[in-house]
Amino acid sequence: MIEVKNLFKYYGERKAVGPLSFSITPGEIVGLLGLNGAGKTTALRVLACDLLPSSGTVAVDGVDVVDRPDEVRRRVGYLPDRPPLYDEMTVHEYLVFAARLRGISRGDAGKAVGDVEKATQLDKVARDPINSLSHGYRQRVGIAQALVHKPQLLLLDEPILGLDPVQIVEMRHLLRSLHGQFTIVLSSHILSEISETCDRILVIRDGQIVASGTEAELSERLLRGVRIEVTFSGSLSKARTAIGNVEGVKGIEETAASEPGKDVHAVRVEAESDARPEIVKALVQAGMSVLALTRGERELESIFIRLAGDQAKPSNNPESSGDSSSSKEA
Amino acid sequence: MGNAILIAARELRGFFRSPLGFVIAAAVLLVDGLLYYAVALGGQARLSAEVLRDFFYFTSGTTMVAAILLSMRLFAEERQTGTFTLLNTAPVRDGEIVAGKFLSGFALVAGLTALTIYMPLLIFVHGRVSIGHILVGYLGLLFLGAASVAIGLFGSVLAKSQVVAAILGAAILVVLLVLWMVARETDPPLQAYLTGLALHNARFRPFMLGQLELEHCVYYTAVTYFFLLASTKTLEARRWR
Repeated sequence: MIEVKNLFKYYGERKAVGPLSFSITPGEIVGLLGLNGAGKTTALRVLACDLLPSSGTVAVDGVDVVDRPDEVRRRVGYLPDRPPLYDEMTVHEYLVFAARLRGISRGDAGKAVGDVEKATQLDKVARDPINSLSHGYRQRVGIAQALVHKPQLLLLDEPILGLDPVQIVEMRHLLRSLHGQFTIVLSSHILSEISETCDRILVIRDGQIVASGTEAELSERLLRGVRIEVTFSGSLSKARTAIGNVEGVKGIEETAASEPGKDVHAVRVEAESDARPEIVKALVQAGMSVLALTRGERELESIFIRLAGDQAKPSNNPESSGDSSSSKEA
Repeated sequence: MGNAILIAARELRGFFRSPLGFVIAAAVLLVDGLLYYAVALGGQARLSAEVLRDFFYFTSGTTMVAAILLSMRLFAEERQTGTFTLLNTAPVRDGEIVAGKFLSGFALVAGLTALTIYMPLLIFVHGRVSIGHILVGYLGLLFLGAASVAIGLFGSVLAKSQVVAAILGAAILVVLLVLWMVARETDPPLQAYLTGLALHNARFRPFMLGQLELEHCVYYTAVTYFFLLASTKTLEARRWR
């Protein structure tokens, strides 16, 4: 669906992106994860043909963005970090305008807009002026304008920026409902969102992809295993021995127990792979009561800090960058 | 062309829903009316044709001012609010975007110009002028308005702020207006060249007098086209920036 090869984008003398190479297959939801200024927005703007690349090739559905930008634009729906909304228009008027602009005929625009209003739950506010809408609804209108012409590729730049928790959940449901219908690339620096929504993560730093893969793959590659949080009641020393005997366990560290109670302990286990069933079995056999067991929630954060933070060093070869980064970090 | 009309229609709708547009229109018409009363109708008794000539003279000034004020927002506002991304990422050519914006600005200036028609018609109360003179004068105002909108639009493409856009547009306009004065200080053939380039002096005078000359129509069309082309090329270049 998307093929980016050796893309560079300069703003004057300053390099914003490059060398950037990646590919995305149809139907995937891919998250571009990076700090502010990492090059996420520039990369999306090039994919949306808002900007043209300084060098390198970018093809969407086999169509080159430089040779046939209008063809690419027909295939792409783009939501910038600030939704491009005309405040004086009503939601319906605006979406009809966006649809017509994308080449939908006057006759078909009404149906297309009706469908997208329903899909994004904007039908209740369709006759309201955009300047009267809440931030969450404005964001929805932004997504609706990107969807209205049924593009093959949906590019969302920070779609949950500025939303409150309820709106974030609603947006997450909306994005999930689009899964499979569109290829989606979304950028964010909010780790949990990327983790919740995306099939695959591209970590971008200084305009380069420093790693790509699912959260589990990145964890395997970069954190050398899995972190498991276990809360149990019973003897801590016995538990340490029992867990330590489980195959693949590399380390055990006591943490603050999140649950009150006598003899309640919590440990963080570092294992080569997801050894949760074996750990439970070992604890039960040792006479412990397992109260809680979760895979490390802050795993992506650790990956992110390693890759996007100062410790990471971007590689020039994105295909092997994940591995190279992990070996450097190990 | 369909996309240009679509963009122009949205612009016009936006204009009529904003108080700024009405304020500009009201102010321009007020100034026009006052000037007509003070300059054209004031003083001694004069020939009707002279009153009409003076009317077209000062209306050309207010038309240029209105064109700059109405066109300053065309691109600058969109870039300020981020809405330009919608146009820039739609399958619409840059030329169509520029054409749409120009059409909306020109329609407003033309509408504003049309609203001044009561002033020349007042001449018929006590005098007589040729309808042809009125028509040619208005045609001249439309040509001058089109060129001024194109200049203002170019200023708007260059700037992100509406104020800066207006200043840039006004600066270009003033340079083109005073070229004839610069020409007086130069020698041939530069003198003829600069005189020919000046936006108002020799170019608009025939229209004021009711004389329709093709070369001046071609000149205003060329100026309009030049600044629209420059705007289009600026937009195209910005994608590579």
